[in-house]
Amino acid sequence: MAHVGGAPLSLYWAVARRSFRRYSTYRGATFAGAFTNTVFGFIQAYVLLAVFRRRDTIGGLDVVDAVTFTFVTQGLLAIVAAFGPLELADRITSGDVVSDLYRPLDLQSWWLAQDIGRAGFQLMFRGIPPFAVGAVAFHLRLPAGPSVWAGFAVSLSLALAVGFAWRFAMSLSAFWLLEVRGLVQLMGLVFMFFAGFILPLPFFPPALRDVANVLPFAAVVELPVEVFLSKHRALPDLLGVVAHQAAWLAVLVGTGRVVMVRAWRRVVVQGG
Amino acid sequence: MGLIELDGVERDFVVHRRVGRVRRHRDVVRAVDGVSFTVEAGEMVGYIGPNGAGKSTTIKMLTGILVPTAGSVRVAGLDPQRSRTELAMRIGVVFGQRNQLWWDLPLRDSFELLRHMYRVPADLHRRRLAEFVELLDLGSFLDTPVRQLSLGQKMRGEITAALLHGPSILYLDEPTIGLDVVSKSRAREFLARVNRELGVTVVLTTHDLSDVERLCSRLMVIDHGRVVYDGTVDDLKARHGQYRTLVVDLEGPAEPLVVDGAEVVRVDGPRQWLRFHRDRTTAAQLIAAIASTTAVVDLTIEEPLIEDVIAGVYVGGAPDRT
Amino acid sequence: MVETHGGPTVAEQAVIWRRLVGARIRADWQYRTSFITFMVSQFVAGFLDIVAIVILFSNVDRLAGWSVAEVALLYGTSNLSFALSDVFVSEAEFAAHHIRAGSFDRFLLRPVGPLLLLCGQEFALRRAGKVVQSVLVLAVALTQVPVDWDLPKAAMVVTMVAVGFVIFGGLWVLTSSIAFWAVEAREVANSVTYGGNFVTHYPLEIFSGWLRRLVTVVPLAFVSYQPTLWVLGRRDPHGSPAWFAFAGPLVALATVLVARAVWFSGIRHYRSTGS
Ligand SMILES: Nc1ncnc2c1ncn2[C@@H]1O[C@H](COP(=O)(O)OP(=O)(O)OP(=O)(O)O)[C@@H](O)[C@H]1O
Ligand SMILES: [Mg+2]
Repeated sequence: MAHVGGAPLSLYWAVARRSFRRYSTYRGATFAGAFTNTVFGFIQAYVLLAVFRRRDTIGGLDVVDAVTFTFVTQGLLAIVAAFGPLELADRITSGDVVSDLYRPLDLQSWWLAQDIGRAGFQLMFRGIPPFAVGAVAFHLRLPAGPSVWAGFAVSLSLALAVGFAWRFAMSLSAFWLLEVRGLVQLMGLVFMFFAGFILPLPFFPPALRDVANVLPFAAVVELPVEVFLSKHRALPDLLGVVAHQAAWLAVLVGTGRVVMVRAWRRVVVQGG
Repeated sequence: MGLIELDGVERDFVVHRRVGRVRRHRDVVRAVDGVSFTVEAGEMVGYIGPNGAGKSTTIKMLTGILVPTAGSVRVAGLDPQRSRTELAMRIGVVFGQRNQLWWDLPLRDSFELLRHMYRVPADLHRRRLAEFVELLDLGSFLDTPVRQLSLGQKMRGEITAALLHGPSILYLDEPTIGLDVVSKSRAREFLARVNRELGVTVVLTTHDLSDVERLCSRLMVIDHGRVVYDGTVDDLKARHGQYRTLVVDLEGPAEPLVVDGAEVVRVDGPRQWLRFHRDRTTAAQLIAAIASTTAVVDLTIEEPLIEDVIAGVYVGGAPDRT
Repeated sequence: MVETHGGPTVAEQAVIWRRLVGARIRADWQYRTSFITFMVSQFVAGFLDIVAIVILFSNVDRLAGWSVAEVALLYGTSNLSFALSDVFVSEAEFAAHHIRAGSFDRFLLRPVGPLLLLCGQEFALRRAGKVVQSVLVLAVALTQVPVDWDLPKAAMVVTMVAVGFVIFGGLWVLTSSIAFWAVEAREVANSVTYGGNFVTHYPLEIFSGWLRRLVTVVPLAFVSYQPTLWVLGRRDPHGSPAWFAFAGPLVALATVLVARAVWFSGIRHYRSTGS
């Protein structure tokens, strides 16, 4: 049986399932959240329609692409959870994390499993509804064929993992800072902006695009949405996107591990 | 006319219960079920009952936090819900389970905020505060943020906060919860004084029946939302506590004794507990009967504990039935 | 909101509010880093909104006939209204938190209206970051729009910010009241308040018919769109009456009355929690 950090894989699977179930108890909040995402999608969509009355394409996107982009990103918002730190941050601040550190498992994998459960739930109940409602009111584009769907599935999974690795690393800063919420909120805004949440990156002037390109955030939103819009149908093209995401994933997971080890040492030395 | 008057008061809560994965079942819980009573000015009343009996719900209706589903509530001649803010000037409330002070502020600042809210003139406030500081010994922690206070210190702060505006009614919902013996007796002493010297009417909810025994002339017992006893503590004991227990130590372990007018309720090695009815037999008769058949090393008589008496009332009637 | 007889006067309420806010700022200041990062993040959040608008205009010169300066005027006034309501009234949103925890009880035990207590106690100076940012955008917009400024137009700008503040404030209270019936619906409230803020950044004529009608009823159209049309000398291509530009104060009053009624009805529905 496969083991991670001294614990069998089945444990992480159980953790993910429990996390999924826990989110399913917040039904009112889930509905309300999906509703809000849909409302914002509508407003943004009308703004884009007005923009495209004067242009046919912007940065290779036509009006259908752009409106589709909006509803996919509104769906993604809850899934990649850019706004908040992991609960890990609370546990660090309260000192409860010490008991986590002594468990015979890998902390990063444990929280990843938690986050996969959460994201799975959000995908179904926060991701799909805004898009479905948007598709009723507007002309939206679906991936062109099964190969694009498959590519999107891969790209989306990587996006989730990159998003997780980023938030994990951010949450660890709670070991050094007393209060991380402000910082995480600030970083969340930068994240949203350069990920393509507020406007598709092809709209950006070249200078801002250059900035976005050297940051990891496009890997979380812009790239999977481009795959969804069938912009990377050729296999080498798609592999390039996936490789880009995987590279960021490796960098962020690595950073998270280095920080985790240092935090661990700090706890051991200073007693929390 | 009483200061507090309840007439046929009911309060329902709608609760949703999950059945299976998706379906929800709608239940109506009647937390208070036809409560009527009157409290006169100057009384100190114990309002007790088991968990979930409806005590807190009653207090919340008396303060205007909750609207009764049926019946009428009048406090100081006012409808608490309609005239909530007006009534607030005349009442003080302590919820032992809830914090009403400003978490990040020192007590002194909380008190100052309350002074403005209740529009207490500065010199009157200063005088009252000085008095409470002395009586409750607040001086050493008046400038510490509330979040750093111990439970006992916080509770003394809460009681002060509830009284600084000079209310004529004080509601206390489990004020001694979690306090140690010393803090508890100090709080009691203080409350007795507030009632006696300031003439504040007190309604006290507690699970510590010694609070009630020490403080309250009158006791109301509520169970399943109904008042099942309303009278003095002594009356309750007389009415429901006719049983006493004789504890005898024999020379060695023995079969349960067979004596007229008493029954063995517990055996532990050489020690046996015999319960008897006060009116049917006397301790002296019992002891004589036992001594005539068995060698007795030692014996004691246990008076009924108020806890036991009340537990008997909770299960719906006198303990005689068991 | 002023309670019926026996309550404190407006002046006394102002003193209580000021005291609560002062206490709150002193308490928050104990967590300095968090205080400052939150303030900066509020400033940046608002800033990114206007950057997004500027980026849109780097791709097109006009949006439904409006220039970037004209949209910036719309944005500056409505966002300032919203930011002010965020500073002074959005605290009502914390009702949901206190209702869930049962701690709303304490607001009902005081001789002052619970809304005043809530707004004072949950006050957060960090929300002022957005006010600063809105004022900066508005200042730039006022100099860039092709308007011959005179007294009536200047008065209109001031009025519309005040009216917008009152309307958004009413919406905060109205949507926060939902929590008395459904605590979990708090986020639906966000779609009205934050969504309302977002809608009012743009000329309403870009939205489809049903959304425009909805926004007129809600009544976000009166926050800055209608008066801005008048200031810029534009007409609504969809033909809303010209007097709408002056209806703001009445609409604001109506919003407050509705919000007040719903809030008090919510308080009657408050059920506390079992302790
Ligand atoms: N807000 C509420 N919503 C639903 N049910 C409630 C609520 N408040 C109280 N109840 C229910 O009403 C009943 C009475 O509760 P109440 O809190 O008045 O009891 P209590 O006598 O104060 O108990 P305790 O000694 O445990 O404090 C309980 O069954 C409780 O579950
Ligand atoms: Mg209780």
